Amino acid sequence: MLKQFLKWRLSGLIVLAFITLSIPFLMDNPFYFDMATQIAIVASTVVGLNLLVGYAGQISLGHAAFFGLGAYFSAIATSRFGWPSVIALFTGAAFVGLLAWIIGRPILRLKGHYLSMATLAVGFIIAIIINNQSGWTGGPDGMSVPPLGIFGWELSTFSVYKIFGFELQGYVAWYLFSIVVLLLAVLVAQNIVDSPVGRALRSIHGSEIAARTVGVDTARYKSLVFVISAVYASVMGSLFAHFTGFITPAIADFDHSILLITMVVLGGMASPMGVILGAVVLKLLPQFLTGFQDYETMIFGLILMLTMIFMPKGLLPTMIRILKSRLGARAGGDA
Amino acid sequence: MSAMIEVSGLDKTFGGVHAIEGLSFTVDEGQVYSVIGPNGAGKTTLFNLITGFYTPTRGDIRLNGEDVVGLDPNRLAQRGMCRTFQQMQVCMNMTALENVMLGRHLKLRGNLLSSVLRLPSLRQQERDCRDRARALMEFVGCGDYVDADAASLSYGVLKRLEIARALAAEPRILLLDEPAAGLNGTETAQLDELIRKVAEQGVTVMLVEHDMKLVMGISDRLLVINYGRKLAEGTPDEVRNNPDVIAAYLGN
Repeated sequence: MLKQFLKWRLSGLIVLAFITLSIPFLMDNPFYFDMATQIAIVASTVVGLNLLVGYAGQISLGHAAFFGLGAYFSAIATSRFGWPSVIALFTGAAFVGLLAWIIGRPILRLKGHYLSMATLAVGFIIAIIINNQSGWTGGPDGMSVPPLGIFGWELSTFSVYKIFGFELQGYVAWYLFSIVVLLLAVLVAQNIVDSPVGRALRSIHGSEIAARTVGVDTARYKSLVFVISAVYASVMGSLFAHFTGFITPAIADFDHSILLITMVVLGGMASPMGVILGAVVLKLLPQFLTGFQDYETMIFGLILMLTMIFMPKGLLPTMIRILKSRLGARAGGDA
Repeated sequence: MSAMIEVSGLDKTFGGVHAIEGLSFTVDEGQVYSVIGPNGAGKTTLFNLITGFYTPTRGDIRLNGEDVVGLDPNRLAQRGMCRTFQQMQVCMNMTALENVMLGRHLKLRGNLLSSVLRLPSLRQQERDCRDRARALMEFVGCGDYVDADAASLSYGVLKRLEIARALAAEPRILLLDEPAAGLNGTETAQLDELIRKVAEQGVTVMLVEHDMKLVMGISDRLLVINYGRKLAEGTPDEVRNNPDVIAAYLGN
């Protein structure tokens, strides 16, 4: 029974839903919920990035730029032009998707370090534009963003909602909303992976030559997954902007890109639950390292290095392997 | 019998090195056609030219009468061409079965949207694809390794897995680059039988191989190349008795 459940392709999703939805019963502190919501949003971004990095084996060192573009698109469209949030979010995602396709087509011909450099440059350029267009974006001072409006409802962390006679704090409502988004993000990603499209993407990672030989249009699939992961980042950027209510160019910069990619590598490439764990660990770590703030980047670098050396498959896959071999040894001993 | 592959005046230079020089030959549909020659003669280069991994410096390659020079490997796959590699190309991040299922890529319908929504038609198609891949693995003799990770398989099994993947694409012409390299006697005999079975199904087979016993027994025609040039062409008997071939292989 348990074995069958673990073999099911959505078992991870069910476990994730169970853990995340039990959290509101365990804590009641607005700051914790703020943290948890931020983690859920960034985890959804990383789930999308994992399709590109973990499954298709391509790298993007500028992914925060797409996150930032989505955030600023929503912020500008809603605050300056009065667009409804949902329409701004989807238009932003379409715009970022198109941009990713235009950029991805030429640069995804590059491999390895060259692709890293190209995506790095794209990230820098977009971050600089956001920083310098202060007339639109407020420049380094950032800009404020109105709360998220969903079909007449306004989701704000400061409101109190009444549902079926229960009082629901705004920050709890935001948390629950972000969890629904995260679960949807995982479901969509998992469905893509478990399809012919996903198999083609993984074959590009495994052997591009083999993929081309059996007819996979590798250039097209690389562009496709680049666009998908950029759209993930854009949507989550939009939600992040509405959630925090204030954004600065830091969300689009190099450090943020590195943080995203570190989450994928640390958590476990090609493991959706793994990269979510990576997001949780790397978002919570600074909270425990407040005394060492000056050394934060150094510690991140060290973590990345040690992961690559000792757990190249990442945190979660390594943990599962150790657990399995322990269980296997015990079962063998019993028999 | 119509020509499956027609090569005429083919040239390929790498810098100053003439890897292939003025090569012309025709492979008829349904034949087992082998290319032999000493190491470095240009056999694999020839395969890479035919399958679109290299672009010829000069010359003409026709597949079923259509000019295919400059077409990418994936475009050639759409036209019914598939191959295996001397340096095996297997996706080690997937299971053995998934590698074979990958071979059916072009036979599968569906787009990103149907994948995201996981439509019933897509799930049915995946089940069928899985069954066919499993049957193919039985056919090439690695049915015991269906659920194994590709990375855990031995050399001989991987060689056959590559053939299963190529067959999954239902090619009209299959190019095998040294399929017997590194196999022991029993495995080579099994490979011999496998290639015969494939050819019986009407698939044209082009073979690069050093194992003379295998090549002479199985081929309808042979092409011998040396230093990128054609040395001889003909039936196994004709080639075996050709003085130029004997000189190239055994010395004067």
